[in-house]
Amino acid sequence: MNAVVSDTWLDIGSVEDIPVRGARVVKTPHGCLAVFRVAEGEIYALDDRCPHKGGPLSNGIVHGRSVTCPLHNWVISLETGAAQGADEGRTRAHAVRVEDGRILLDAAAVGA
Amino acid sequence: MTEKLVVIGAGMASGRALEHILETDPAKYDITLFGSEPRGNYNRIMLSPVLSGEKTFAEIVTHDTAWYEANGITTRFGEAVTQIDRDRKVVVSAGGETPYDKLLIATGSAPFIIPVQGKDLPGVIAFRDLEDVETMRAAAKPGAKAVVIGGGLLGLEAAAGLRMLGMEVTVLHLMGHLMERQLDEAAGYLLRKALTDRGIKVMCRASTAAILGEERVEGVMLEDNTGIEADLVVMAVGIRPETRLANDAGLEVGRGIVVDDHMVTSDPDILAVGECVEHNKQLFGLVAPLYDQAKVVANTLHGAGGAFMPKQTSTKLKVTGVDLFSAGDFAEGEGREDIVFRDPARGVYKRLVIENDRLIGAVMYGDTADGSWFFGLIRDGETISEMRDTLIFGPSYQGGAALDPMAAVAALPDEAEICGCNGVCKGKIVQAITEGGLTTLDEVKAVTKASSSCGTCTGLVEQVLAVTLGDDFVLPTVKPVCACTDLTHEDVRRLIKAQDLKSMPAVMQELGWKTTCGCHVCRPALNFYLLADWPDDYKDDYQSRFINERAHANIQKDGTFSVVPRMWGGVTTPAELRAIADAVEKYDVPLLKVTGGQRLDLLGVKKEDLPAMWADLNAAGLVSGHAYTKGLRTVKTCVGSDFCRFGTQDSTGLGIKLEKRLWGSWTPHKVKLAVSGCPRNCAEATCKDLGIVCVDSGYQIGVGGAAGMDLKATELLTTVASEEEAIEISVAFVQLYRENAKYLDRPYKWIAKVGLDWVKARVVDDLAERAALVARFDHSQTIYQKDPWAERAQGGSRHEFTPLADFSFKEAAE
Ligand code: SRM
Ligand SMILES: Cc1cc2nc3c(=O)[nH]c(=O)nc-3n(C[C@H](O)[C@H](O)[C@H](O)COP(=O)(O)OP(=O)(O)OC[C@H]3O[C@@H](n4cnc5c(N)ncnc54)[C@H](O)[C@@H]3O)c2cc1C
Ligand code: SF4
Ligand code: FES
Repeated sequence: MNAVVSDTWLDIGSVEDIPVRGARVVKTPHGCLAVFRVAEGEIYALDDRCPHKGGPLSNGIVHGRSVTCPLHNWVISLETGAAQGADEGRTRAHAVRVEDGRILLDAAAVGA
Repeated sequence: MTEKLVVIGAGMASGRALEHILETDPAKYDITLFGSEPRGNYNRIMLSPVLSGEKTFAEIVTHDTAWYEANGITTRFGEAVTQIDRDRKVVVSAGGETPYDKLLIATGSAPFIIPVQGKDLPGVIAFRDLEDVETMRAAAKPGAKAVVIGGGLLGLEAAAGLRMLGMEVTVLHLMGHLMERQLDEAAGYLLRKALTDRGIKVMCRASTAAILGEERVEGVMLEDNTGIEADLVVMAVGIRPETRLANDAGLEVGRGIVVDDHMVTSDPDILAVGECVEHNKQLFGLVAPLYDQAKVVANTLHGAGGAFMPKQTSTKLKVTGVDLFSAGDFAEGEGREDIVFRDPARGVYKRLVIENDRLIGAVMYGDTADGSWFFGLIRDGETISEMRDTLIFGPSYQGGAALDPMAAVAALPDEAEICGCNGVCKGKIVQAITEGGLTTLDEVKAVTKASSSCGTCTGLVEQVLAVTLGDDFVLPTVKPVCACTDLTHEDVRRLIKAQDLKSMPAVMQELGWKTTCGCHVCRPALNFYLLADWPDDYKDDYQSRFINERAHANIQKDGTFSVVPRMWGGVTTPAELRAIADAVEKYDVPLLKVTGGQRLDLLGVKKEDLPAMWADLNAAGLVSGHAYTKGLRTVKTCVGSDFCRFGTQDSTGLGIKLEKRLWGSWTPHKVKLAVSGCPRNCAEATCKDLGIVCVDSGYQIGVGGAAGMDLKATELLTTVASEEEAIEISVAFVQLYRENAKYLDRPYKWIAKVGLDWVKARVVDDLAERAALVARFDHSQTIYQKDPWAERAQGGSRHEFTPLADFSFKEAAE
């Protein structure tokens, strides 16, 4: 295990570890999180479960500040975790910040 | 009794005249139509967008074979009339003599070629017909140099088109500013700036002294001894009415063929229409007055009355992104006043010329929305004293209303002209809509002809529809790719090629995407178009691919994946089966299933296990079956002549050869093939995208089958004798599909749009085109035919398969 606990923020890796408009998975005891990097560089974290039927959002296509679920194309806001458009539902969003190119995740997200 | 009508020239004027003649009484004349171009009537105006690649020729044909047949017109295309014998009332052409009772001359004009040295060199052309456009498109290699002589309407449309094709373009114009007959200096300046911004070089007061070159054109020399390199020279300096036949026949000819108000020449049995005529000492070079002439000619031929009266014309330049409008007289003069409005930040310039309280001229650049309203005021000679102060702000401002385009259209009087080319006013459109119950643009086009020529008024016509129908109007016809753009897939594909757009940001910038980085609908489509069109220049965009094409496996409902190795032509070996069996056990695969595509599917594999499983399968010689791509899926085969008592050819062998040639290429949608060894068709080849049925004499190749959401049998593309030819044709077909189809159209849908004949012409009949398609396919394969599993088994795209961080054992560790 290579993650470092700092304060209540966990260092989960460098911004460069996630491709632009891409996502990576962070495993936790309660299931996976999806950590996204958008075109402008911001990082977002959501539960890796679509509010529709649990599709793994980390596998979706990232556009603007949204991700499209790979299973049935629901579009989920990266900022709030809420389904966009006519669809209703919300997945949990988690606090992340970036410091000196490192991604820091709110420790509460992994249940710490 | 039916009389014989012979028409010389299949151009825009005669096309319209024929329609009117048939409308009134289809039985009166037995019609023969001669045309020196090897094709029927088409919308010549739209050659400019065909040049730039924004339209295809097929889209601008106005009358097709079916129309001539349905109307009983004998067509003699590609056959020029060389003589008119008035005494014997026959016309002479290569095919012999054709008698007439009435003759209609509609020979248009010939481009004027300045009589300088070198004017006949190959590479020096005019801009008049499809051949010219094809010559230009063939010469338009990116970086090649073009010189356009003439900065008028035609020259600038040519220049803009050539520039869009990637050429370096210089425009030489004799006068002080561009389009001096339609624009004043200020608008000419803005136009020049817009063209310069696109990389077109404009030289005014440039007089051509000679065209240089030995074998073909190499450059242009100006009077002041400046030399300009050129691989192509386009002369667009003016036109001359085509009067040779009339001259030789002894008809009265001035600058054009002289006609009276009824379009009759000095011989009562000979009429003339179009650019070739002279009426009251006036010549005509825009279609609007020619269409009026066409109506009069038809009336005269039916013995009805009606006289031709030339009317005001207005001008627009058909260059995408350049908005200009001019009408009437805008020269400065005593007693004339100007009203000018400028907005430098937006590049807008408007000038109105007023004389005796009446609007007599208008020039607008950058914002031409009110053009037709001003044009109406000029034509009707209405007094404008009451609205003089706010006139320049257009109709929507009159009465202080908001500047809303719909309000502006609603405010137009019934007489306001909407379509300048066809002289259709608002009232006529409204009447057609309300009386005819029309609801779509196409219907309005068909009934009123509005927006059926140059198309610049399409938006206005739609607004009239919207205003008239209110909520009943649904804006229709084109379906954009997605909410990020108003363009259709077809537009985008054409513009990518026409404008040399080679990256996703270039497409989104140049084509005005409304979002910063597209969406899950447009990005995969753009990614495919770019890599199919520019295999050398474009870099595949990983993040624009659906997960299946990133993970190279099919995602399942629970987030696991399925793995389908290739089994070439459905043939396998004990060693391959052993490797598959081992993998199923080693990675705890919940289901091993035979697919409908003659191979095995390992379902329910964990994403993290994929690279290791692929390494194991690779070791046994198994590669990705691409069961997840928009690319080649399976080539199903039957046992064929090697074992089957009915087999006529080696269907298994051919299937394997095809699969080995085609695998790994990206296509608009998935592509499935099959080869059956005899017409019993055990491989179900007749419902595939491409299916081959072997027969004693060779190979029947069918295309456009479907057996998914739609069910459709293939149509026969051709039958060939040899296996090599069957393979070449299959490869050429796939490449044609790659280069032209809309993303997510299976071949059967694409063929329904372009027509099987169009496909046949390129893949079967035109051997050079077939070879070129095959060469482009093979070249693309040098870049894309790689096993994606091997790349990932060796560590490629690691981020896809490994977590960024793992806290799953955190509780245990603490
Ligand atoms: C595995 C297989 C079913 C099987 O167990 O046999 C299969 C499985 C899927 N098919 Fe299929 N199709 C399979 C043969 C077929 C066939 C039969 C054939 O190929 O001869 C057809 C009808 C022929 C055809 O393509 O026209 C077929 C017509 C479709 C369609 C409808 C396509 C259409 O244009 O109408 C879809 C949907 C699509 O592609 O958009 C589809 C989509 C799918 C997807 C990829 C659905 C999806 O997007 O997740 C399925 C993936 C299942 C999974 O989780 O792995 N599958 N599918 C077959 C794999 C064949 C192979 O070896 O590659
Ligand atoms: C690129 C381009 C853009 C244009 N843009 C516009 C525009 O935006 N707006 C506008 O109003 N106008 C525009 N025009 C002008 C418009 O196209 C012409 O005014 C119109 O086509 C003239 O029609 P026509 O029937 O008189 O002649 P044409 O359309 O030229 O038809 C004459 C036909 O007769 C044939 N012919 C000649 N001699 C013989 C013979 N001896 N035997 C048999 N056939 C013969 C010719 O090959 C030709 O096909 C444009 C023209 C071009 C070339
Ligand atoms: S028919 Fe194809 S897409 Fe439908 S459930 Fe079966 S495998 Fe899935
Ligand atoms: S599970 Fe995400 S859209 Fe259905």
